[in-house]
Amino acid sequence: MSYLQKSPWIIHYDASSCNGCDIEVLACLTPLYDVERFGILNTGNPKHADIFVITGGVNEMNKEVVRNIYEQMPHPKVVVAVGICACSGGVFRECYNISGGVNTVIPVDIYVPGCAARPESIIDGIVQALGVLEKKKTAMLRGEGIA
Amino acid sequence: MSKQIVLPFGPQHPVLPEPIHLDLVLEDERVIEAVPSIGYVHRGLEKLVEKRDYKDYVFIAERICGICSFIHSATYCHAVETVMEVEVPRRAEYLRTIWSEYSRLHSHLLWLGCFADSMGYENLFMNSWRLREKILDVLERTTGGRVIQGVCRVGGVSRDIPPEELARMSRELAGLRPELRELTRVFEEDITVQTRTKRIGLLPKDAAWDLGAVGPVCRGSGISSDMRSTGYAAYDDLDFKPVVKSDGDCYARCLVRAEEMFSSISLIEKAIDRIPGGDVLVPVKGNPSGEFYARAEQPRGEVIHYVKANGKKNLQRHRVRTPTLANVPALVKMLAGCELADVPVIVLTIDPCIGCMER
Repeated sequence: MSYLQKSPWIIHYDASSCNGCDIEVLACLTPLYDVERFGILNTGNPKHADIFVITGGVNEMNKEVVRNIYEQMPHPKVVVAVGICACSGGVFRECYNISGGVNTVIPVDIYVPGCAARPESIIDGIVQALGVLEKKKTAMLRGEGIA
Repeated sequence: MSKQIVLPFGPQHPVLPEPIHLDLVLEDERVIEAVPSIGYVHRGLEKLVEKRDYKDYVFIAERICGICSFIHSATYCHAVETVMEVEVPRRAEYLRTIWSEYSRLHSHLLWLGCFADSMGYENLFMNSWRLREKILDVLERTTGGRVIQGVCRVGGVSRDIPPEELARMSRELAGLRPELRELTRVFEEDITVQTRTKRIGLLPKDAAWDLGAVGPVCRGSGISSDMRSTGYAAYDDLDFKPVVKSDGDCYARCLVRAEEMFSSISLIEKAIDRIPGGDVLVPVKGNPSGEFYARAEQPRGEVIHYVKANGKKNLQRHRVRTPTLANVPALVKMLAGCELADVPVIVLTIDPCIGCMER
């Protein structure tokens, strides 16, 4: 196992979510679920992060912030869209200010549906993200470019 | 005089689970002025009321915010029911009260944890969230959802709690009290917490009144204002008394929330004791016509749901005034003159819920 799989760092951003998924992301870090025992740490700095956990349907004002965080993250990086709003816009899809899903702004690797997404499914999403991260790293090392 | 610089705080910041942006005008380490700018969570869901049936809209109203979810749906239902003159079964009113108080418990524990985290007290953060999971377990057992419950309907609630479950809840609450006491003792007595919160972020009583602060922010400044005293739902039967502190600093606001958890526990216990039998949902036919302001007490303060209908299946207007919006002017006042290192603590003491504020 590589160092990334042993201790991936996540950055969490709320892009116009209702909070429900965000507090479930935080709940993953706390004693009942405690992903920190796997070495998964929550960081506030995009330059330290490997996995971008993003919730909410992304409104007009957030588009630039989301792009900015994504671009500041070093390669290889994985984006996990948590909650149905981040996947497709969810109940807010018809709202005038919602772009309808994170994939309208940045490429998404893993989708975690649910309203609100349960901590178990968020952890499952992050574990799947580790596999993607590893693949991207291998591809980078082979010189196949970055995705 | 030293030079002034502007330091951006947010929208993406480690202490903020949600995005809000503050421009802090600094002179050395001292904050001269804080200029908030909002709009990062605005979805425009009030407008959806024109596209959705007024009964379906309960679920959208619930998703205004994932922390205050239950109280939003209950208040919206209360507004529509008043317009339609629906007589809600008494048992449903009691169940709404019980779930509202459980929501308050989980929200306050969440806040205590985030507040401890803003001071860098990670251990306390973990302990608060550990206790919070017990509350979420009860919510999940009784409603099916951890943070979004989805049990409120126009005309009552969709699920009943059987007597044996009520007895179990009551037993668990008795066991929770000493654990909570141990947790809040740390907030009350620990020297670290006191150094970071006492006489910091002062909001005098007259300023709180003038700026229209609500909830624990104004109760921490000595104003006894709590919508639960108006006796909506089943609160009129439960001898409710608001928790008020007079110091107006971060410590007072923290103590208000800590004590409110115990008042919530006794409210739930009384409600479980006194809950009447009967139906929990009455069928509602026809469409609403008229308007009403419903007021309720959220964990963060007073919330107002305004609905206006003209006899069609879609409402004409739904307007929400949320507690965080009312507390932002108070926050700007608290931040002026504070040290830069205290900014996260002060921002957290209004318990900002941006999802509610911007909708």
